[in-house]
Amino acid sequence: MLRAILLIVRKDLTVEVRSRELAYTTLFFAVSCVLVFAFSLVQEGRAAEGVGAGVLWMAIMFAGNLALGRTFERERQSETLRALMLVPAPRPAVYLGKLTGIVLLLLLTEAVLVPLVALLFEAGLLSHPFWLTSVVVTGTLGFAAVGTLFAAMLVRARSRDVLLPVLLYPITVPVLIAGVRATVAIAQPEFEVEVVRFWLMLLVAFDVVFITLALWTFEPVMTD
Amino acid sequence: MPKWFQSTTLLCGALFAISPFVIANAPYESTMGLVQKVFYYHMPSAWVFLTASVICGIASARFLATGNPRHDRTALAAAEMAVLFGLLTLVTGPLWARKAWGTWWIWDARITSSLVGWMIAWAYLILRKYGGPGSEKLSAGLALFGMANVPFIYVSVNYWRTIHPATTVVPKLPFSMGFPLLFCLTCFFLLMFLLMKLRVHVAEQQARLDAIYLSLDEQA
Amino acid sequence: MTSVDFDEVSVEDLSRHFGRRRAVSRMTFRTARGTILGLLGPNGAGKSTLLAMLATLLRPSSGTIRYGTLGTTAGAALRARIGVLGHDLFLYPELTARENLAFFAGLYGIADTNAKARAALERAGLGGRGEDPVSGFSRGMRQRVALERALIHDPRLALLDEPFTGLDDASTGALVNRLKTLRDSGAIVILATHDLDLAEGLLDHALFLREGRIVESMTAPDSLRSTYRSVISR
Repeated sequence: MLRAILLIVRKDLTVEVRSRELAYTTLFFAVSCVLVFAFSLVQEGRAAEGVGAGVLWMAIMFAGNLALGRTFERERQSETLRALMLVPAPRPAVYLGKLTGIVLLLLLTEAVLVPLVALLFEAGLLSHPFWLTSVVVTGTLGFAAVGTLFAAMLVRARSRDVLLPVLLYPITVPVLIAGVRATVAIAQPEFEVEVVRFWLMLLVAFDVVFITLALWTFEPVMTD
Repeated sequence: MPKWFQSTTLLCGALFAISPFVIANAPYESTMGLVQKVFYYHMPSAWVFLTASVICGIASARFLATGNPRHDRTALAAAEMAVLFGLLTLVTGPLWARKAWGTWWIWDARITSSLVGWMIAWAYLILRKYGGPGSEKLSAGLALFGMANVPFIYVSVNYWRTIHPATTVVPKLPFSMGFPLLFCLTCFFLLMFLLMKLRVHVAEQQARLDAIYLSLDEQA
Repeated sequence: MTSVDFDEVSVEDLSRHFGRRRAVSRMTFRTARGTILGLLGPNGAGKSTLLAMLATLLRPSSGTIRYGTLGTTAGAALRARIGVLGHDLFLYPELTARENLAFFAGLYGIADTNAKARAALERAGLGGRGEDPVSGFSRGMRQRVALERALIHDPRLALLDEPFTGLDDASTGALVNRLKTLRDSGAIVILATHDLDLAEGLLDHALFLREGRIVESMTAPDSLRSTYRSVISR
């Protein structure tokens, strides 16, 4: 099982390194999002209080949605997802392999987004790097866990491009709320550890519950 | 349709017809006046919405586990009930809130969670309609995720507002679990039961029709 | 994972419908080791659906498929013994031929994936092109790589959906030989094809399908074209 996961991740990385399509487009899109928000929300040269955190997470969710769609669109060409379902590896391995790939891609994007948002929105995001990293990683994992399952589910459905956000955003509301609240708490001048810890625990619980659920439902949902 | 369906429908209709009178006779709430009466429709709608969502989630789980299309039909009917009564709740709520709190909308935990839950039910129906063949299983997966999400949504929305002092304090809803409320609860739950039975029946007939088409094809 | 094997594939009263459309209707047949079974029929006859069910990608609406004594619930162990060449070739265009083969070899549990990939490339006659990305290959070359990918784990059952589509004469000849070698090594080969002339020299057993049903079955078939015409236009 582990071998299968590693093989899939390595394959995705190889494909990505060759074409670099996903990394560049996702990154560029995320940065464009931030700029759009900047132009909409910055008034008289100053951003509203606490807006930076919201902008960060909105950009992550929009870019993540795009990346998920593109990743599975690639597997749809030549029906390689079907080929993956045919191999003797346990089917959840396919899910975990794709999940890892998506998380890595999003983390790469966030590495660029966080400093950018901190700069443009004068948010004190970088003051507590350990906490911020924990929050961003667990939040991304939660979002990607649900997103990978839904995107895989929709591979053979009609209207899949528009259905993914319709399904994904309501379900990932807790991730968004927790992520933004925790980030705001981190960016504040008076840092309250308990607040951040609370939201972090919520994110971890979300990740555990939904990854487990996804592992259970991947096979029944993907087989006709 | 079973024999009792028609008579029960008439009963339900009669109960609803009587309900305005029952409500009118309810104790007049001093601070709010007439608008408070909306509450007698609002709360039962909310309860029906919640019940329908739970039914949808459970039926979806059973469908994914067993593959029996009966559960899928139940889940679909329940989702439609959830969207319908959820809409009713979300419309009657602001009507009440405007008078009670002076504002149409308020970001309190219960209300916001209901909104998100309602959107998930909506998403279920959109997926069923536009997802193409095989969307029964996909929507079952969505419903399952939605149900698992309820505690997370509630907790996150709750603490979203209240971890720092809120600007408005949401008051405790003043009502007495009196006869009018019980009466309306009965009306609404009866209505939900009847509508679901009808919807499941329609879906069953469709399935039977498909089966007939298939067997005809076989004889050819 | 315990390894399984089987000597025959038998299908009994198999059906599959999509809504009101019956794609496969009460098919019954059996095929054994060392046989090439052909599925012949017009578009929409149910060939692809049948192959998908045999590949465990699609669940039957009714009826059974047995692989020796195993049913379709045998799961991963069964999948390890089945190789599928689909309409869409199951290849990643950005990867090289060798990488594609090595990737799938790894997923099928083969230890030395690079050696196996190189051997497969040799068999496909593409030894020199292993390091080129598949996107630059012609249809015939891609088909050859796809076939080797399908067979890289030495499956007992090989399912091929229209493998001759778009191939030139040389590639077709190579494919025919490859299939014959496969058959002689004891595999069960089931292929769906439109190409009747080709099928004539290749098939040990032919099933004629129309509208989801088997309308005719021939062993050691000859004069396929005339049989096809008479059977299909009935």
